[in-house]
Amino acid sequence: MKAWLQQHLAALVRAARRLTDSPLSTLLSILVIGIAMALPAAGYLCLDNLKTLGANSSRAQQMSLFMNTGASEKTRSDVEKRLEATLPDQWRFVSRDAALRQMEANEGMAEIVASLPRNPLPDAFILEPDNADPEHLETLRATLSAWPGVAHVQLDSAWIKRFDAFLRLGRLAVHLLAVIFAVGLIAVTFNTIRLQVLGQAEEIEVARLIGATDAFIRRPFCYSGVLQGALGGLTAALLLLAGTLALAPPVSRLAALYGGTFAPHGPSFLHSLALVASGAALGWLGAQLSVRLIRDQ
Amino acid sequence: MIVGSQICKRYPGGLEALKNVSFEIAGGEMALVGGHSGAGKTTLLKLLSAIERPTSGSLIVNGQNLVALRPAALPFLRRNLGLVFQDQKLLFDRSALENVLLPLEIIGLAPRDAQRRARAALDKVGLLTREKTNPIALSGGEQQRLAIARAVVNRPTILLADEPTANLDEESARQVLDLFIAFNQVRVTVIIATHAPQNLFPGMAVRVLTLNHGTLTP
Ligand SMILES: Nc1ncnc2c1ncn2[C@@H]1O[C@H](COP(=O)(O)OP(=O)(O)OP(=O)(O)O)[C@@H](O)[C@H]1O
Ligand SMILES: [Mg+2]
Repeated sequence: MKAWLQQHLAALVRAARRLTDSPLSTLLSILVIGIAMALPAAGYLCLDNLKTLGANSSRAQQMSLFMNTGASEKTRSDVEKRLEATLPDQWRFVSRDAALRQMEANEGMAEIVASLPRNPLPDAFILEPDNADPEHLETLRATLSAWPGVAHVQLDSAWIKRFDAFLRLGRLAVHLLAVIFAVGLIAVTFNTIRLQVLGQAEEIEVARLIGATDAFIRRPFCYSGVLQGALGGLTAALLLLAGTLALAPPVSRLAALYGGTFAPHGPSFLHSLALVASGAALGWLGAQLSVRLIRDQ
Repeated sequence: MIVGSQICKRYPGGLEALKNVSFEIAGGEMALVGGHSGAGKTTLLKLLSAIERPTSGSLIVNGQNLVALRPAALPFLRRNLGLVFQDQKLLFDRSALENVLLPLEIIGLAPRDAQRRARAALDKVGLLTREKTNPIALSGGEQQRLAIARAVVNRPTILLADEPTANLDEESARQVLDLFIAFNQVRVTVIIATHAPQNLFPGMAVRVLTLNHGTLTP
């Protein structure tokens, strides 16, 4: 076990030495990998931010339930009970009189309201469901519409649906982008490792002649790929962090102009870790493909 | 113990470099392989170190038949052999010490033990003071001795050397050959290919296998 660890440690050291042997090309590869990973990751981060933004606003998403104008007091209290059972504490009642008074308060409406022979407005319930998932809201609407005494349930979720469809599309695009850039990353690693292998041809030949196993010969190259990928992932995380820090103030200002508060969040620690890990994994894959080419020359 | 019987080696081009070569070399023996240029000396050493494979016949080294050797077993066979190549094959991107450390890294020796053993090997060939020198800055004789240090650092049971004194003056050649004698005295089997076997160890009774156009002459 100790010997095994020692061998891997030695390979890691040799891998690091190989990377620092040509610092410029290593730096460039790491930067390329970092940028390649930062792009889809940035897309993901944008979507994540938009999702929280969407969730924030749809929390204020309201549904209006209008009663039949002629509905009796009993029907109304029945609906009230059923609402409390379905959406506890997520609704409030607006009586037709209150609605009329609200209308009156609006500028220029007072006269029109005064000219009405009688109150044309129905009793209504304003619903604010905790679960703002568009599909859930849609089924809720259908259920409520069927209740006796209910004239109409209005759901202003068209924009939520559009927003949701947009997020879905965005997510698909990000996934495609991630796949494309992953392939690119593997190719970049494949190439750097291939160049390393070519540069070390002499050492590989000698090592083989004096009893090195394939595993011994390949190990440092694989570690090189892993190190390079991991550093690329770290670069990507740092790029995202820098980008968020640069964008946060103007975005917040923009949100303030619309009367909201919104501070975009950067990559979380877990996200950054995931970037480093996937960089390492893809680097390992690229290196593996590359060292497969080392055969008895 | 090395036993070759009816060995033929035909290179991909059709040239038959060895024909029906049979011989036996006992453990701890010293043997020279002689013959004119192109006689097949290097080819024989390459067969012994499994760099090339016999086309037919059988060749048993350390109990393993090299004709049927599995590729996975090759590294472990090589670790018991010390190879000194005609062109030395030193690595010029590292120090003399690091050249000697390579075989020890390959067997996974702990770094501290490896350093100690590599220094001991350098000391044996008289290069301890040059451990930090890049081999490119060593003289021909020193390079040859460095190659020997690398070959023996693993304590092989068989030492194979191809023309180890070819480019050396008399003094350096003497130093190198004395090293071989010293290793042979601690029961290492030593096999040296040379085009002039009679000059190598004057006054010593050393066995010579003479090749002539690929066949052993009695
Ligand atoms: N890789 C090869 N492919 C084809 N022919 C080869 C190869 N290696 C050697 N030969 C041929 O095999 C014959 C024996 O070569 P070998 O190198 O064994 O001779 P040698 O005795 O070592 O000669 P020298 O004293 O010049 O080193 C030569 O005719 C050579 O041309
Ligand atoms: Mg030769």
